[in-house]
Amino acid sequence: MPRIAILADIHANREALDAALERLSALDADHVVLLGDLVGYGPDPAYVVEMAQRLIGDGATCLLGNHDEAVTKGPAGMNENARDAIRWTQTQLSDEQKGFLAGLPMQYAVGDTLFVHASAARSGAWPYVRDTAAAGACLAATGARNVICGHTHVPAIFYAARDAAPTRFTPLANKPAPLFTGRRQVAVVGSVGQPRDGNPAACIGLLDTGRGELTMHRVPYDASRTAHKIAKAGLPSWLGNRLLTGS
Amino acid sequence: MTRKLSPGVELDGFLLGDKLPSGGMASIWSAAKPGVDRPIILKVPFLDPGEEASVIIGYEVERMISARVSGPHVPKFYGFGDLAETPYIAMEFVEGESLEKVIQGAPLPVDRVRDIGLQIATGLVSLHAQKVAHLDLKPANVILAKRGAVLIDFGLARHAELPDLLGEESSMPMGTAAYIAPEQVLGERSDPASDIFALGCILYQMTTGREPFGSPQTTAGMRRRLFQSPDDIARINPAAPRWLRQVIANCLEVDRGRRYGDAAQLAHDLRHPDQVKLREAKAEPTPGKWLQRLFARKPAPEAVVGAGRAIDRSAPSIILASVFLTGGEDALTEQIRAETARLLAVRRDSRLACVTVWKTELIGQQPEIDKDGNSIYVKHLVALKDWARPLGLDEERLSYHVLEAVSAADAILEFAERNHASHIVMGARGSSALRRHLGSVSTKVVAEATCSVTVIRVAGDADNGPGDA
Repeated sequence: MPRIAILADIHANREALDAALERLSALDADHVVLLGDLVGYGPDPAYVVEMAQRLIGDGATCLLGNHDEAVTKGPAGMNENARDAIRWTQTQLSDEQKGFLAGLPMQYAVGDTLFVHASAARSGAWPYVRDTAAAGACLAATGARNVICGHTHVPAIFYAARDAAPTRFTPLANKPAPLFTGRRQVAVVGSVGQPRDGNPAACIGLLDTGRGELTMHRVPYDASRTAHKIAKAGLPSWLGNRLLTGS
Repeated sequence: MTRKLSPGVELDGFLLGDKLPSGGMASIWSAAKPGVDRPIILKVPFLDPGEEASVIIGYEVERMISARVSGPHVPKFYGFGDLAETPYIAMEFVEGESLEKVIQGAPLPVDRVRDIGLQIATGLVSLHAQKVAHLDLKPANVILAKRGAVLIDFGLARHAELPDLLGEESSMPMGTAAYIAPEQVLGERSDPASDIFALGCILYQMTTGREPFGSPQTTAGMRRRLFQSPDDIARINPAAPRWLRQVIANCLEVDRGRRYGDAAQLAHDLRHPDQVKLREAKAEPTPGKWLQRLFARKPAPEAVVGAGRAIDRSAPSIILASVFLTGGEDALTEQIRAETARLLAVRRDSRLACVTVWKTELIGQQPEIDKDGNSIYVKHLVALKDWARPLGLDEERLSYHVLEAVSAADAILEFAERNHASHIVMGARGSSALRRHLGSVSTKVVAEATCSVTVIRVAGDADNGPGDA
């Protein structure tokens, strides 16, 4: 039964990705899924794309996120900070790298589990699974028993019993949370490169399908270094400051 | 979906034996498995068409919690079956006598009451230390085995770090009417103190032969225990000693602030009856009194500390917390943090120096960067800051120090002395013979420090850690 490591929302954060990959080597994963948003916000988009390509070469799966899409389609509908960062990112990537991002798939399914960046519902519109209503809509849009997504940067698991509205659970750092065979669930994996749940440590999801467990591993990294690079690159300084507090 | 089960059928490597008598929620089968030297039972939930959702949830809860508890006071867990195929929970068949049967003979002799009570309390200490509240403790769920009381049936239990499927499903009181705690009647399912109340009910029943609150059939009937005390034990069983009546009264307090603080305190009283503090007899309670009692609770110590009290200058001013974080956070580093938080809370102007030692072979011989070009010093610093973050201290009370040293003990001692640390908090892992022989970092620090030292050890920790912090 495979153990699947999930890296969501890396957002061009080299320091966070390096720390996450180092921890990953100790997690004994059979497969790695990059859940989208390789780029945007952070100062090292070319490095992160290169690492993603290397991981894919080793058998990893990589999905498309809204920031990855915006690199080629343009940042329409994004807030000002995100838009500035996308315009800057466009100047940092080669045509080959942009082509790689544009060609990423929207979803990936293994067994009864669906992986997607934002939600199984309205995939092109990138809705956020922040509450039980959005989790319900996500489950209604797919036949998969479990959906694993990212996009909100806040770890959560929504459990749905038969015929009942989902309930929300906040998984604790480094403690396995159960997934039930008698239920459907949407698990939102926290962000590697820009956590927003008040804990600045990078988040890696580890799905153990044999044990029916998902663990949000938290890996501290040198966020001040990334923040410094963000300022030096001329990106909005708020994007660096939020890394220090995880907000 | 459920396979037809009968003796001789093999299920995931378990060979089914006879069907055993069981309750209404599941069938119980004896079973054997090659390589397992003790008898096994398979508990198979009734999931026929038209089944209640609560049966599924109870199965999910029991499966989730059985797999996470261990020790002599619970049945050993051997595996489970997929809900989509044939769901079951495989566990050790615990040989012994059910307390349900033993309690038929109540009133039991005082020594027997004390012995059984102590066994159950000891089981609760272990269970609660594993962050689990049973929440359906009753005679039918206690087996008196050779190795002590074994607590079974975790279908209503609650693990502090896991989702509460039952609580989300319903706010109806869940438990057994005769033993349910008042806070459970009000819909709360998160307090291990509820198990202490239930044990109080069992002690009362073993002493008197009666259930303290009867066995009411309605929620309103169960609520009565919020304001009505049970009949005086002395009147039912004049042979019951004063200390035992006091122990039972302490368990059955409606106000959890007056109940035993934890199962270890209860076990201590049962082990030392001559030390039980006798309270004055309470006036006959009247309806409404329990509310007054609730409001008369003493404020929590944190509230007192935070309420502008004069600073206690006898408390430590500079606290040194030493942690090893190379393997990430674990139970030991969590407990060092918890103890550090308690020390910090005593004195609001105290400061915390977080120290980690980066062990080197020879000073100056260590590479400054790892194979990926990252500074090793920064990695230690980052891990240290991550460890301290949950303390929520203002930056001005905190400092971080990565010490490069050949001997961790010498580095900690020297740092403590140079910085006038008034208290050192550190951890110790395991206690193997080899470790005792070689001496550990904490042993040396305790022996040579010129200030107080608190050494944290994870309860029940065998020698399984990579190093001594």
